[in-house]
Amino acid sequence: MSLRSFIQDHPTPLVWAWEITARVLVLMRPIFERVGVECSSRIVKPPEELGKHLLFNCQNCAQCVLHYTGMTCPMNCPKSLRNGPCGGVRLNGKCEVKPEMDCVWVKAYERSQRTPYAREIRRLNPPVDWRLEGLASWVTYAVGRDQITTGTDKKIRYADEALEGK
Amino acid sequence: MSTPTATAPSIAPVQTGLSGANSKLAQVLRSGQFGVAVEISPPIGPNPEAVQKQIATLKGYADAYNVTDNQSAMVHMSSLAVSIMLKQAGLDPVVQFTCRDRNRLGLQGDLLGAAAFGIVNVLALSGDHPIWGDHPQCKSVYDIDSVNLIRMIRMMRNHQVFENGKPIPKRAPDFFIGAVENPFAPPYEFRPMRLAKKIVAGAQFIQTQLIYNLERFREFMKRAVDLGLHEKVYILAGVGPIRSIKVAEYMANQVAGMDVPDKITRRLQGLSKEDQAKAGIDICCEIASEVRQIEGVRGLHIMAVSWPDAVPQVARNLGLYPRPTL
Repeated sequence: MSLRSFIQDHPTPLVWAWEITARVLVLMRPIFERVGVECSSRIVKPPEELGKHLLFNCQNCAQCVLHYTGMTCPMNCPKSLRNGPCGGVRLNGKCEVKPEMDCVWVKAYERSQRTPYAREIRRLNPPVDWRLEGLASWVTYAVGRDQITTGTDKKIRYADEALEGK
Repeated sequence: MSTPTATAPSIAPVQTGLSGANSKLAQVLRSGQFGVAVEISPPIGPNPEAVQKQIATLKGYADAYNVTDNQSAMVHMSSLAVSIMLKQAGLDPVVQFTCRDRNRLGLQGDLLGAAAFGIVNVLALSGDHPIWGDHPQCKSVYDIDSVNLIRMIRMMRNHQVFENGKPIPKRAPDFFIGAVENPFAPPYEFRPMRLAKKIVAGAQFIQTQLIYNLERFREFMKRAVDLGLHEKVYILAGVGPIRSIKVAEYMANQVAGMDVPDKITRRLQGLSKEDQAKAGIDICCEIASEVRQIEGVRGLHIMAVSWPDAVPQVARNLGLYPRPTL
């Protein structure tokens, strides 16, 4: 097992790191807004990329859902699926496209249950806005520019809605 | 690069009240009867005769006819074109849309095209990865995932808007929205929740992967029923006859997401070619009769991969022919 997957399999420190980062980012919001998303990204991106690339093999989508997906980057899925595994997962839990790789969503589900965000695995993640690719996710998060719901859905929905009344 | 701006709906959402009323499959399922869908494979070539032949074989044996979209990631005649041929022959097609080959633009354009020809049933799926097909060198699209495709179709129908939030001129397209689920692929615990996601996104009927491992399917359905999902969506169980032991071994070892237990292949061992085919139909009918008894199963989806001639016999053996007229 690689160091990376060891760290991801024990997500509690990652959760702490995220919570601290999120708090700092909220405080930084006025600065990011003043400077602009691209300009801020140029400054924020290098440290974010270094950390996220080493830990999560970040793919630079700039609309990070790591804490919703058990600290496992869904953009590592060869189909870029953001809402759960495809039907092609091998019976041993490996990816159908890369047989040596664990299915991103098998890992995401397992790990999510070990974080305080277990419910978030039921979240309907909106599609990727490909215009943001390459910007700093920390900036798009802080200014509320990441994960915009499209069409008529005003807010993010959860699978729980289908379970209501039961 | 200019700062991307947030995409917001430009108009207040309208409620069209559409729900796929013109779909024969929807009518059968809503009347409480057991539904049947059958799969049709578009030809690998420009020959409409291959489609006509399947129409002649299968007409009358199902409420709806699924037309696959470049199945196994191999080039086939387009699902929409074949669906139109079916529609013109008086069959109710289910046009399949994968996220593999088209981005939001392409998908929505084809959805409008389907609506223009009066095609109501649509099935949204991720699609097999090109690595499995005959063009492994091509770029796979996966602009949106299947959950967001379902959501996009629902918004087009319910609120008459495109995915960008802009209104669709003239009228909203009507669709009966389908999705798929594979109860046999890990993570098993999460599968019913993924089904729930698709229901929230807008799925009205579900077609499952081919069932050969009954125990696993029972577990999946129990979980779905416990969650109450069977009351929110029509679940059509996938069954299909296996033509020979070669096909069984191929499916067990080469097809992604398939679970073919050894006991199935063992039953075909040592039989002559004709007997293998006969046993294949028997196994399919046995599984289908078991599946019909499981709570929450509202219909069958018969997939006879490159063996359409077997479908009439399966349907007759199961007492599913003739289909109800409404």
